[in-house]
Amino acid sequence: MKKLGVLFLVLLLTLSAAGCGGGSKPAENSPTGAAPAGAVIKVASVTPLSGSQAAVGESIKNGAQMALEERVEEFKSLGFDLQFSPQDDQADPKVGVSVAQKLIVDNDLLAVVGHWNSGVAIPSSEVYANGNLAMVSPANTANDVTDRELPNVNRICARDDAQGPAGADYAFTELGIKSIFIIQDKTTYGQGVADEFRKQFEAVGGTVLGYEGITAGESDFSAVLEQVRATKAEAVYFGGIYPEGSLLIKQLDEKGIKVKFIGPDGMDSSEVIKIAGDSAIGSVYTSLAADISGTTEGKAFIEKYTQKFSKAPEAYSSYGYDAMNVTLNAIVEAAKGNGGQKPTREQVVAAARATSGFKGVATNVTFNKRGDNTEASIYVYNFVEAKYPPTVAKQIPAAGFLKD
Amino acid sequence: MEQMTGMIPQLFIDGLTLGFVYAIVALGYTMVYGILEFINFAHSEIFMVGAFVGTEVLLYLQSAGYLTNIPAPLALMIALLVAMILSGTLGVFIERIAYKPVRSAPKLVAFISAIGVSFFLQDAVRLIEGLWKNAFYLSTPKLFSGSIKITGTLEIPEKVIYIMVIAVFMMVGLTLFVNKHKLGKAMRAVAQDRNTASLMSINTDMIISLTFLIGAGLGGAAGTLFSVQYALVHPYVGFVLGMKAFTAAVFGGIGSLPGAMLGGILLGLLEVFGAGFLGILTNGAIGAEYKDVFAFAILIIILIFKPSGLLGKTVGEKV
Repeated sequence: MKKLGVLFLVLLLTLSAAGCGGGSKPAENSPTGAAPAGAVIKVASVTPLSGSQAAVGESIKNGAQMALEERVEEFKSLGFDLQFSPQDDQADPKVGVSVAQKLIVDNDLLAVVGHWNSGVAIPSSEVYANGNLAMVSPANTANDVTDRELPNVNRICARDDAQGPAGADYAFTELGIKSIFIIQDKTTYGQGVADEFRKQFEAVGGTVLGYEGITAGESDFSAVLEQVRATKAEAVYFGGIYPEGSLLIKQLDEKGIKVKFIGPDGMDSSEVIKIAGDSAIGSVYTSLAADISGTTEGKAFIEKYTQKFSKAPEAYSSYGYDAMNVTLNAIVEAAKGNGGQKPTREQVVAAARATSGFKGVATNVTFNKRGDNTEASIYVYNFVEAKYPPTVAKQIPAAGFLKD
Repeated sequence: MEQMTGMIPQLFIDGLTLGFVYAIVALGYTMVYGILEFINFAHSEIFMVGAFVGTEVLLYLQSAGYLTNIPAPLALMIALLVAMILSGTLGVFIERIAYKPVRSAPKLVAFISAIGVSFFLQDAVRLIEGLWKNAFYLSTPKLFSGSIKITGTLEIPEKVIYIMVIAVFMMVGLTLFVNKHKLGKAMRAVAQDRNTASLMSINTDMIISLTFLIGAGLGGAAGTLFSVQYALVHPYVGFVLGMKAFTAAVFGGIGSLPGAMLGGILLGLLEVFGAGFLGILTNGAIGAEYKDVFAFAILIIILIFKPSGLLGKTVGEKV
């Protein structure tokens, strides 16, 4: 038995040593291999492709890949060999940073489409800034992503400090809600969006009757809901994600507390219907993701995507697609500015920030000096029936909430 | 103030419901500790598996159309029975492969083995559900919709009554079994001294397996009751709840069955009242998010003054 164990260990060591040897070879070759092919242009997508958030990461990657593959011919006519480099950040800041470090040493790589998590994008984008690599984010909403005013960091979606206020405005004016009970899940995201909501709701004249926290991962929210009942609030605003949010909806219904439920884009998931069922009817949430199924370009996109990947696109697929097109346009512009030669990274960074009047499937894009998209929108979704995606009740331009 | 007094009856019912779930899970911890003197940290995952099995049975009954034809209590009984049998078997199985081989090793080894089993079960359930349904958040079908109105502000949902009745039934049944039945007597003997018990022609391995069967079966039942009450199960649902149930067992006096029940119910009440009142009492300075800190602070204070727990006996060192 012991001998067998030793034999196994030796075998394992040999195998892993062989694996290391095999892995290091291409790395040694790549600088020499890259030298003759000067016309290669690579664009990376960095999203979680493994782990619990892989589904959404893959849907963004697919969107970006589709946009890139559609334009390979166009780049060939300009004399470039356009290549796609999909990367996996595992939704983990540490992995994101090491991927970023790997990307900045690849001289053919000119821009990055990513990330999914703001917490990953922030440290990774510091690395891109050091390498002068342009980044166009399809989905990061944290204020800090662009508030650091890095020249290379841009995003095409709206920001967190637009979402809470937009929700508050909608609740107060459109839904006519004067008193509200706020519940948040104590995370950076949940508390952040709840605080922004609270500020705006009080600013427009509403009353906040309670502000309570819950713990993510718990299932019993009865005590907090009893407070909602006791304060007789007209509505509940929840800063957090769908597992707890859907349970709140369900438990409110079961307890017979008749209030309107309003949430942020953490509630933007088909799981809401699976968990809350019919109780979800009448609930409202704000989201940064557009419902593209209404427009002709959107319909064409959905059809192409479904055909190519044999599954329907998710909410952020079209954002991946648009972010890639913004990036490729910037590279084309930079190349023009460089006399048709392969542009430098600095030129791409400048061209990306100069993006203006881009018309995409999900959103139009014009970047301001911070890299925020002045044409982004917030969408209010309303569960008219227990079906996902719900109906778009209103589209609110985010420009009104943008500072400078 | 008026707001608070109005909430008390309803909070009491909610706290009691949560407390009963804690209590049944705590029984599993306390039984294993009583016999083997080690904490079966995989018990929280047995609870989780029970919640999944119970939910899957109900989902099956729903999709097959039986749920509308048979009475809801019967459906609940079927789910409970299947969950108890499966999780009980799982408990015995875990004991055989993860604890028995290391029984004579230091306690720490079994403890680490338990943590390993616990991670394994979380990921195994996630994998199975992921492959099978491509989603590992399951929503439990609604079994009971009625509720009994007592006063204007107090309403007891039908399902809460069922949960409490079943919980009390299980706790009384277990107490009677351990105190009156021959096998229960054997269990107590093994708990007192395993070696001497084996000399008295008690099959200690069998008794230990039986302990795990009953403890894990109760854990599975608690999982099913939990999923009926809170309607959402996922592979990580056991962790927080298991920690709290374990605390409840220590609070009541680990190793003592009535202690586990009392500890569970008190912890449930403390938590719900903490969540309901902290914000109002402190005028929003300390909100419901601190309810666990509050509950655990009280537990620590009590344990400082009564280290053996509320109903635990200070046992002299075994020689």
